[in-house]
Amino acid sequence: MKITKVKTEEKSNARGVAWYLRDRWEAIANNRLMLPILLMVGFVLSFGIPQFNLVNPYVQIIIMYIGINIILTTSLNIVNGYMGEFSIGHAGFMAVGAYVSSLLILYVFPRSLVFLFFPLGVIAGGVVAALVSLIVAIPSFKTRGDYLAIITLAFLFIVKSVLENISAIGGPRGIVGIDKLTTMPWVFFFTVLSLWVIRNFIHSNYGRGVLSIREDEVASRLMSVNTRQVKFLAFAVSSFFAGVAGALFAHLLQFISPRVFDVLKSTDILIMVYLGGIGSIAGSILGATIYTVLLEVLRPLGMFRMVLMPLLLVFLMLYRPRGIMGLRELRWFVPIQDLKFVKRWRRKKVVNDANSAS
Amino acid sequence: MYIIQQLINVLQLGSVYALIALGYTMVYGIIRLINFAHGDLFMVGAFISFIVATYLKLPFIPTLLISMTAVAMLGVSIERLAYRPLRQAPRMSAVITALGVGLFLENLILVFYPYPQSVPILLPTIVWNLGGISISFLQVLIIGLSLFLMLILDLIVRHTMVGMAMRAISLNKTIVPLMGVSVDKIISITFALGTGLAAVAGVMYSQAFPVIDPYIGILIGWQAFICAVVGGIGNIRGAMLGGFILAAVQIMVVAFLPSTYRDFVTFTLLLVILSFRPYGILGKPSMEKV
Repeated sequence: MKITKVKTEEKSNARGVAWYLRDRWEAIANNRLMLPILLMVGFVLSFGIPQFNLVNPYVQIIIMYIGINIILTTSLNIVNGYMGEFSIGHAGFMAVGAYVSSLLILYVFPRSLVFLFFPLGVIAGGVVAALVSLIVAIPSFKTRGDYLAIITLAFLFIVKSVLENISAIGGPRGIVGIDKLTTMPWVFFFTVLSLWVIRNFIHSNYGRGVLSIREDEVASRLMSVNTRQVKFLAFAVSSFFAGVAGALFAHLLQFISPRVFDVLKSTDILIMVYLGGIGSIAGSILGATIYTVLLEVLRPLGMFRMVLMPLLLVFLMLYRPRGIMGLRELRWFVPIQDLKFVKRWRRKKVVNDANSAS
Repeated sequence: MYIIQQLINVLQLGSVYALIALGYTMVYGIIRLINFAHGDLFMVGAFISFIVATYLKLPFIPTLLISMTAVAMLGVSIERLAYRPLRQAPRMSAVITALGVGLFLENLILVFYPYPQSVPILLPTIVWNLGGISISFLQVLIIGLSLFLMLILDLIVRHTMVGMAMRAISLNKTIVPLMGVSVDKIISITFALGTGLAAVAGVMYSQAFPVIDPYIGILIGWQAFICAVVGGIGNIRGAMLGGFILAAVQIMVVAFLPSTYRDFVTFTLLLVILSFRPYGILGKPSMEKV
């Protein structure tokens, strides 16, 4: 992505299609104008596809699932990728968001204005999920690693059990008859919102704190990072977007029950995160898209699909243990100041190296 | 009387949990890997016993031995093929690989047996009545056999050369090979022991609750993982203790409260225990170095 100037000149005679494609890709990846262009195209498409039925309804639903999965994956990436913890409870936050939003929209908001209140319901689901994340965030001050993994797992089971035991919200049968309010423009809006917020969060001061906790918690505390505040924020942001995704999911599936949000759902999200690569927004997008699309493409295989999928995952992990993107990030998702900083730092290093050499 | 009857149930369920939790804790202790496929190996053990008992019509002891051997071989080969190449990789990619292996086993069995299967009962159904308390032969066998296996395991880990090597590897993995210990071999033995115990648990579980489906691995496996953590992961005696504690809580909740509260009470209690003893009951806090 960065070093090829010299190389391409050397190889210019021998370079084939692969090199050409690579150069084109680098030009695109380095061109910051591409991001607004892509956003505009996505914006137009998100209205155009459902309006003019550009693709069949089945593919439309898959595209919406991809959006929801991108939100889930990126939000889990904050905790599992950037903070270096291992959370298995993401489906629990998703369940909270799904239940809160669908109950609000079914029983609280006026039925006639439900289209206007839908985004409010989704945000409310996210906010409640963020508040609930305190249950996990407070133990995380003291415990780390595998014990925190257990706490998140316990959280998931508790959420599921509570939902199953309140008969007013359907108990184990869940809620049926949710309106289909999730449309492609909304999915697009919330996906972009989550990517934007998470990217800015990671490149803010708090985000640096999150990264420092991953590298070394004790050392970062010595550098006067307020680890408690940072952890609290990271869990809150992560579960907020899990709640948002859950709300979108509920209004797309039109049916939720505690059984939908079990460990297997969490495992799915985990797989998408590690498939794409931890600590990389581009990786999360890639992982979520590839996983969702592959599951659909392999559908003709029937039962063997679910046998093949984990096998593919194992092989990917064996040959690329850090996921598809690894820790790399697409330049579009790095703020311009950070790029400048990296450039300056490189130049300084070159000068220093030259000085020390002479 | 009722309490004592429930205590026997606790011992029965607890020994199944403890046997599985031992595998989790041994593997974790030696290579710091949460082997999420372990619960599914337990399930494979149950299914192998089902296959052997149904198609080959063998009695209990050969079934148990075949299941143990097969699952131990499976466990060792999983370690060889899936975990060993990742030993230098970031820890979490190994964990995700383990999740993948677990899902693979589940869905593979699901392809062959999509519906719950009923396991033939291999043991005589004798029930003794001791002054109002009824104990079945199966319960005695489950409790006795698991206690016996745990004792053997404890002896192996504490008093043999292999056990000494295991403990050494869990303390410091870089020094041990310098002492002429083959780390790979010891890790293979650990996997064989741990997964063999899971197979025993699987066989006995399928005898006690004779309807099995490919998802019992998730259900019981995660519970057993929790036992291992409550006891202090990496600690063998802790895993046994954790198994019995979790079983006691679950059975007592079901005995005195509506059974749907089971998970809620169990996991809330788990949160409370972990907030007071963040490293489990018998676990020691690891020193953090900067």
